[in-house]
Amino acid sequence: MTSFTDSLIELLGGLAWVPENAAGIIFVTVSVLVALPVFLFMTLNAMVAVYMERKVSAFMQDRLGPMEVGIFGFKGGKRFWGGIGQTVADAVKLLGKEDTIPGEADRALFIIGPFILFGAAFATFIGIPIGYGLVISDFNIGIFFVIAISSIGVIGVILAGWASNNKWSLYGAMRSAAQMISYELPVGMSLLLVVMVVGSLQFHDIVMWQEQHRWFLFHSPFTALAFLIFFASGVAEVNRTPFDIPEAESELVAGYMTEYSGFRWSIFFLSEYANMAIIALMSAIIFLGGWLSPLGGLFRTFNLEQSWYFLEGPWWGVFWISIKAIALIFVMMWVRWTWPRLRPDQLMYVAWKVFIPFALANIFFVGIWELLLG
Amino acid sequence: MTASLFYLFAVGLLGASLFVVLNPNPMYSVVALVFGFANLAAIYFLLEAYFIGALQVLVYAGAIMVLFLFVVMLLNVQSDADHPSLPRVFRIGSWWFGALALVFIGLFLLLVGRSALALLAPSEVPPTQIGSVSQVGEALFTRYLLPFELASLLLTVALIGTVFLAKKKI
Repeated sequence: MTSFTDSLIELLGGLAWVPENAAGIIFVTVSVLVALPVFLFMTLNAMVAVYMERKVSAFMQDRLGPMEVGIFGFKGGKRFWGGIGQTVADAVKLLGKEDTIPGEADRALFIIGPFILFGAAFATFIGIPIGYGLVISDFNIGIFFVIAISSIGVIGVILAGWASNNKWSLYGAMRSAAQMISYELPVGMSLLLVVMVVGSLQFHDIVMWQEQHRWFLFHSPFTALAFLIFFASGVAEVNRTPFDIPEAESELVAGYMTEYSGFRWSIFFLSEYANMAIIALMSAIIFLGGWLSPLGGLFRTFNLEQSWYFLEGPWWGVFWISIKAIALIFVMMWVRWTWPRLRPDQLMYVAWKVFIPFALANIFFVGIWELLLG
Repeated sequence: MTASLFYLFAVGLLGASLFVVLNPNPMYSVVALVFGFANLAAIYFLLEAYFIGALQVLVYAGAIMVLFLFVVMLLNVQSDADHPSLPRVFRIGSWWFGALALVFIGLFLLLVGRSALALLAPSEVPPTQIGSVSQVGEALFTRYLLPFELASLLLTVALIGTVFLAKKKI
């Protein structure tokens, strides 16, 4: 199994004009070549997702959403793509804003808080494949790496809340810490079940297994339940409504990011949308067959020959995984604009008394299921 | 290449650890400790022990450090910056400090020497397998089963104690 980084190193090492023993140069070049696309992806993802969020919320509330700002003179008019330049304008505005740090804040921690959150989201992308072999580094512990790195982000949230020296921020940070730690457990447990069935932690092996058998969502009732638990806990870990008590604007102004503005605030935003994309991509890979074509799976059950209308292949794979991830992101937005926020005690109740017992029982029952039918 | 990366992370780890003990502000110490753990995880990654590296990040940096942060935040631990004079024992120049430093340096050299000797001896396990999930699992459930179970017992006792202390009205 080759990864994106391996092929890059091989390519650069094979070039004639690269001197011998230039491991250092190759290392730096490859790091930049790998980091830039991830950063670009995160930025683009945030811009597109914000526009999508505003349009989806507008649609759900029977409004039009952003309609005025065009891009390069293209305004779109009174159709659903009106205001297509809104997020670009917003991003430029955010970058031009004055950077304020409260006088009583702890300067150093105030500054590094958002970057820890961003760094965690950024590093998580290293392990997530978006197609066959299209992964930055193919660890033998894929899933575990992603869970471990994304657990760092909460430290950034706590630091930001504490360093702001603001009651609302501190409350937001405390709630966020309690929530993220609680919901890490059901996430891990529901993934454990998939790992148990496949016998590997690698994303590639999980998708290969699904290619040979069926998607995990349809594999057994227990894996379907695990998907629900994973997705709901994932939404909770991203701090989105109905689980957004850390930044509940009606009680805490904006929670841990109350004191942030301009560029630093936009880093929080970038990380939140990047985390959304991570949860959507992970659900798509682990439970919805990743880059496998749904048509291929469907036709193969009827014992049809491999053909072009299966829409399978490396580039179709990227298309399918994007479609699945975007659909899941849409579900997150749908949920956000449909349900009200939970109370903190209800949130803890859902995590500790519903999700974790169900996830534990799930592991037990899927073992029996695999023994009897596997 | 690997060697220079190792030195980079080792310097980061040592620097962060020194910062943890020498810094008067407990919040900064916790953050430096997280940074140190990240560097340690990176060293494990260099050794291709991905599982242990990720465990390091998940358990220490992700969970235990969050608890540390909670404690430091909620107990409102005062910064020592207001009274910067260290206890006599730790002042550079006191003979105590010198003796202590010598002991620690000796211990450090001993440990480094021992692990260097262990590295020279050929290992039975192929290097890419060390620290993989199956290796760790096998070691935990065969050779170290008793300590593993005892540790879980200890955790259970701690958990019951916490519930008992926190919920007096049950």
